[in-house]
Amino acid sequence: MDVFGFGIAIFDSGVRLAVPLLFACLAGLWSERSGVVDIGLEGKLLVAAFAAAAASHRFDSAWVGLAAGIAASIAFALVHGFAVISQRGNQIVSGVAINMLAAGLTALVGNAWYGQGGRTPPLEGAMRYQPLTLPGAEQAAAVPVVGRLYAYVVSGHSVLVYVAIAAVVATSFVLARTRFGLRLRAVGENPAAVDTAGISVTGLRYAAVVIAGVLCGMGGAYLSLDQAAAFLPLMTAGKGFIALAALIFAKWRAWPAFWTCLLFGLLDAVAIRLQGVVVPGVGQVPVQAIQALPYALTVILLAGFIGRAIPPRASGTPYVKER
Amino acid sequence: MSAPIEVPRWVDLALVPALAVVAAFLVAGLVVLAIGENPLSATLILLRGALGSGEGLGFTLYYATNFIFTGLAVAVAFHAGLFNIGGEGQATLGGLGAALVCLRLDFLPAWALVPLGALSAAAFGAAWAFIPAWLQARRGSHIVITTIMFNMLASALLVYLLVNVMGKPGSMSVETRVFAPAAHVPFVHELAAQFGVPIPASPLNLSFVLALAMAALMWVVLWRTRLGYAIRTVGASPTAAAYAGISNTRVIVVAMLISGGLAGLVAVNEIMGVQERLLLEFTSGAGFIGIAVALMGRSHPFGIVLASILFGVLYQGGTELAFDMPSITRDMVVTISGLVILFAGALDGLFRRPLAAAFAGRGKGA
Repeated sequence: MDVFGFGIAIFDSGVRLAVPLLFACLAGLWSERSGVVDIGLEGKLLVAAFAAAAASHRFDSAWVGLAAGIAASIAFALVHGFAVISQRGNQIVSGVAINMLAAGLTALVGNAWYGQGGRTPPLEGAMRYQPLTLPGAEQAAAVPVVGRLYAYVVSGHSVLVYVAIAAVVATSFVLARTRFGLRLRAVGENPAAVDTAGISVTGLRYAAVVIAGVLCGMGGAYLSLDQAAAFLPLMTAGKGFIALAALIFAKWRAWPAFWTCLLFGLLDAVAIRLQGVVVPGVGQVPVQAIQALPYALTVILLAGFIGRAIPPRASGTPYVKER
Repeated sequence: MSAPIEVPRWVDLALVPALAVVAAFLVAGLVVLAIGENPLSATLILLRGALGSGEGLGFTLYYATNFIFTGLAVAVAFHAGLFNIGGEGQATLGGLGAALVCLRLDFLPAWALVPLGALSAAAFGAAWAFIPAWLQARRGSHIVITTIMFNMLASALLVYLLVNVMGKPGSMSVETRVFAPAAHVPFVHELAAQFGVPIPASPLNLSFVLALAMAALMWVVLWRTRLGYAIRTVGASPTAAAYAGISNTRVIVVAMLISGGLAGLVAVNEIMGVQERLLLEFTSGAGFIGIAVALMGRSHPFGIVLASILFGVLYQGGTELAFDMPSITRDMVVTISGLVILFAGALDGLFRRPLAAAFAGRGKGA
């Protein structure tokens, strides 16, 4: 394979690895912009991946699987919402609980249903999403550089990949240009002001939490219905936390979130490719160092050494209406 | 955090956590029903497996040892107003610290090697907590996020070291060579046999005594020393503490060093006591169970020991249960822990508010 072809292959798998990160990152963005800290992204991805795989296997339809994944993720999002919005509980504690519940329940129920150590049976045919070929991709493959990029990196993914990119556009537009988006951001900065204007803080925060649930549902469904073609216990493997890192890195904005997730996805793709490879002059590449890079970069960013990451002002604090 | 809801002290310390545990078990029972098993017989098997034999009891207390360490770690940070989710990573680094001493200094006799290994475990755990603590105190970086990131960094670091640096040569399994016998923390049944008392063999080792000693020590530190007073003052009101001349930076860093050191001690039980080699994932989630334990134990050492034993029962009983009812795996314990964290932590207003209303009529202050 030529160098360009190798680059294309890395880019292609980087895009695939970035998709679940992007969904989870946007979910966190919606939630935290409304003032609800969400460290339960990991748990919601996991429970959605399981529900999607189980439903898709049962009904032989990836679309039913997607719906089930979204529903399961929304259910967990509502538990978080009830605990932290209605009950004014600690948002971090609730997020930790969501992650543990998801890890335990999916493995437990998966084992009870399928008896394969928590896995679902492999998904085949209509049970999983198939890659789409965008119009003109086959002809474009003959065109150098631009054409091959279009044919192999832009085209040839499943529908959820394009939904993820549409979600970036929608998030960016809604938060910046619509009344709902502006109010939602205001709730994350100064809920008392929003309340004074006669708008329900509770309602807006629940809306944000449910949107986060939908997005995590799609991210989880992508993992089991596209990437792995089955559910495996703990298959999210920290993706929810990388998404959290990406969210901070992107400073809670949609387009930077897209680029950050793409970067983190590419890093992961490079790390996988370099597993066991000996580079002349360097020796064996420490793959773990590349995989740890997103976490290290986030800590350095949080320390304020490369710019400043300031979260929405009211995030983390429950809103108590004055009486 | 929301405004405190005033209830009598015994309600806060005993009734609210008890109700949270009951709620968690009821939901867990529903899950067992949904799987198609009988929750009552599952509970019986669980209790019999954990407490019904000397061996089971030994296993229960061995698991509880880990949770006492991590529970205390979370609690000390809580008292300073900090949420340390990094117990998992700090315990991992503790394992590294213990292993380095046990592998490099194994010419030493046991009476020197074991304490040195324990000190090294605590020091490495504390060091891993130091950076997030310093960043929180000096740069305002949110300690929850940094400790999460440090958990991921710790696991990547351990994989790297075991694969590339410390791994047993010529072996496919990702672990170090077995430590010298002098590094071994004695099992309780070995000690009992020396005194002529035969008790069944189990992994319960002297780390349990260390854990109880740490619980007592933490009680003294938190409620009987100047440092403990400073920690609790910073936790209650950082501005009041600053006004009283207490350095927030110093207290945050010291509290997190203690917290990380306690989490690091998990390695004394797991690595030096039982595994006798360093391997991946030896913490098996103890850092997160520590959050459940601290919430349930109301951040008090005595409550933490009790809550740790309860989770020890769940771990050991859950293992037995998985043998008898193959459809209920050990993941049940993770589920129950999640439920306990939810009910005792995030949803505790659910119990506290009605109780506060019920007790308000009696005119008793908290």
